[in-house]
Amino acid sequence: MRHIISVLLENEPGALSRVVGLFSQRNYNIESLTVAPTEDPTLSRLTVTTIGNDRVVEQITKQLNKLIDVVKVVDLSEGDHIEREVMMIKLKANGQMRAEIKRTADIFRGHIIDVTPNTYTVQLIGDSAKLDAFIAALGTASILEVVRSGVSGIARGEKVLSV
Amino acid sequence: MELLSGAEMVVRALRDEGVKYIYGYPGGALLHVYDAIFQQDEVEHILVRHEQAATHMADAYARATNKAGVALVTSGPGATNAVTGIATAYMDSIPMVVITGQVMSYLIGEDAFQETDMLGISRPIVKHSFSVQRPEDIPSIIKKAFHIAQSGRPGPVVVDIPKDMTTPTERYPYDYPANVKMRSYGPISRGHSGQIKKAVDMLLAAKRPVIYTGGGVIMGDASEELVKLAQELNYPVTNTLMGLGGYPGTDRQSLGMLGMHGSYEANMAMHHSDFILAVGARFDDRVTNGTDKFCPTARIAHIDIDPASISKTIDVDVPIVGPAKAVLKEMLELVAEAKAKPDAEAISNWWKQIDEWRQRHGGRFELGDKMKPQQVIEMLSKVTNGDAFVCSDVGQHQMFAAQYYKFNKPNRWINSGGLGTMGFGLPAAMGVKLNFPEADVACVTGEGSIQMNIQELSTCKQYDLPVKIINLNNQSLGMVRQWQDMNYESRHSQSYMQSLPDFIKLVESYGHVGMKVERYEDLEGAMREAFAMKDRLVFMDIYVDPFEHVYPMQVPRGSMRDMWLNKTERT
Ligand SMILES: Cc1cc2nc3c(=O)[nH]c(=O)nc-3n(C[C@H](O)[C@H](O)[C@H](O)COP(=O)(O)OP(=O)(O)OC[C@H]3O[C@@H](n4cnc5c(N)ncnc54)[C@H](O)[C@@H]3O)c2cc1C
Ligand SMILES: Cc1ncc(C[n+]2csc(CCOP(=O)(O)OP(=O)(O)O)c2C)c(N)n1
Ligand SMILES: [Mg+2]
Repeated sequence: MRHIISVLLENEPGALSRVVGLFSQRNYNIESLTVAPTEDPTLSRLTVTTIGNDRVVEQITKQLNKLIDVVKVVDLSEGDHIEREVMMIKLKANGQMRAEIKRTADIFRGHIIDVTPNTYTVQLIGDSAKLDAFIAALGTASILEVVRSGVSGIARGEKVLSV
Repeated sequence: MELLSGAEMVVRALRDEGVKYIYGYPGGALLHVYDAIFQQDEVEHILVRHEQAATHMADAYARATNKAGVALVTSGPGATNAVTGIATAYMDSIPMVVITGQVMSYLIGEDAFQETDMLGISRPIVKHSFSVQRPEDIPSIIKKAFHIAQSGRPGPVVVDIPKDMTTPTERYPYDYPANVKMRSYGPISRGHSGQIKKAVDMLLAAKRPVIYTGGGVIMGDASEELVKLAQELNYPVTNTLMGLGGYPGTDRQSLGMLGMHGSYEANMAMHHSDFILAVGARFDDRVTNGTDKFCPTARIAHIDIDPASISKTIDVDVPIVGPAKAVLKEMLELVAEAKAKPDAEAISNWWKQIDEWRQRHGGRFELGDKMKPQQVIEMLSKVTNGDAFVCSDVGQHQMFAAQYYKFNKPNRWINSGGLGTMGFGLPAAMGVKLNFPEADVACVTGEGSIQMNIQELSTCKQYDLPVKIINLNNQSLGMVRQWQDMNYESRHSQSYMQSLPDFIKLVESYGHVGMKVERYEDLEGAMREAFAMKDRLVFMDIYVDPFEHVYPMQVPRGSMRDMWLNKTERT
């Protein structure tokens, strides 16, 4: 099963490499990884999506917790949560494809954020499934480049992850 | 406040941490630190002949005392030579602080002379690591390093210090912190009472219980509580390789070691048990054998300070996260208060069954024309009254020592279990002897292993470390050869030790005493003579049967009870 694990990490040199190293060292899978400082500059927030059975995911959270630089760990997928990912996708857009792409982007609530005579760059925000669905819906449009930010997540309701 | 240079701070912080000896080897990146060492006499530096030995000496001090040992190595090759020792400590959860020199901070990343990314190299084999970025941080970093190494589940910590952090002319106020506060690290001090209660209820209701304990009892200083609990209940106890001595080996309730080369009765009892209390043991693959066939009728309660050790390889019914000592204490109280008592009849039947198993095999070996390695270990046990520190290398001799030396005290059996590092034994014995000069310290080794750190005979001479080396010379890499006998139709690929040195001449050239023993009749006299030479290192080169195998030996991927009992008989 796919899990979204959120980690609060000391903003120390080498802290990120310990997290990434742990995944490769213990043969855990990383689907996506995002990391950035929080409102408290001494802390980073990291979101990792991974696929594994319950035992593996339990080991992942336990092993993450053992890292000295890790302050807190939650498996967001254990409760209600929101996940978002940003995608920017550059498409060849000439002739009637221009209108076609625009229509599809509108349906997915995407924005065209850059335009040239031959290309559109579309920005789309959503959970990963929505981004996948958009790519599928583009059909015959020719994709020049795709950038995805990786997943960030947050718990619904009043639950917060903080020190 | 006193002003000290970074180099002086390193040495002063070690002193303030109560460190008496550090083990190391100098080099360019550490010259300022070595100069600071020279100018004081409270922390004594022991100069090894290879950095690996420095780490093993520090590690063995920790295994004997439960306090972190300290190694000091220079950047580049010094640091990489220490890697095996760090990994050895990591795998067995041994507290150690390894200080590594580093090139000037402004050269890092430029492939400078003797630069290696030590934090990167050591990352998967440390509990934590630090890189000093400001000299004034040295005291607090060293304080944290010791705190992290020694608390919770212990482990090695690396402190990497660029040379320009130790410049003698740059001085800073020195203040060694009294304690450490870290928001991201706080080891647990007791277990969950509800879980402990649940485990005690199951313990008291068990009809075929086994207490299975490991290294966590030794390093968690919980032997006393374990003995009380087991004896209060009259339940059998088995120890992992790392747990030997946690429960007295000569006691009737001891089943000895379990696992791949565990005793017949320990493995049978585990397999047939209805309840296992695991204490500070990590269900290693050398213990469980095939996990799908592991102890089919047992329910399990597991006490471990590291939640990640619980239900990692084997699912348990009652997880208890906490230090073994505190949890066992609480269990003792609950057992004393409990209205329920163990089912005396069931326990007595269980002992009857266990005693039958004991009679059936019970750690016997067959005598032959040649001296058997097991006989040598039994003699060692006799000559030292079972009271020596036994520091072992890795191979068949290690298993024989584990099986036939009966450890009655914790912290006396010093060996590399998790990594299985050949070359560990001699430096380990040195580290123990230095810190326990009055004790008998034996290094049980093989002619293969001893050659991996034999250069340390020179260190032994310099510092007068009269350890007794018991070389079980079977003229082969016995453990490898045994597997080749059993799985590769005796194709002995590269498992013979050809061109062995004349060990007697070799040790004599280092200034020590050598003894060659070829017949069992000569063994006792020679060994007594060796141990009587209190102030000399004696190398006993003992020729044993090269064809002996270690038994019992579990059948791969079987259950715990599937064992070879000798070359022809299996369960
Ligand atoms: C040639 C060879 C053969 C071997 N054969 C065998 C064999 O037959 N049988 C065998 O048992 N081993 C054998 N081993 C060793 C094996 O590889 C493992 O090292 C060993 O089984 C692990 O022991 P352990 O479970 O006690 O764990 P350790 O590695 O000692 O780990 C200790 C556990 O206790 C926990 N802990 C630490 N401190 C505390 C505390 N204060 N309170 C509570 N918990 C704590 C830790 O978190 C950890 O889970 C062999 C090794 C070699 C080299
Ligand atoms: C550094 C290292 N290299 C290789 C091994 C694999 N290995 C395990 S036991 C063994 C043979 C040890 O030979 P010896 O020291 O003579 O002991 P014996 O088994 O003969 O008693 C080897 C090669 C190891 N454990 N450590
Ligand atoms: Mg040998």
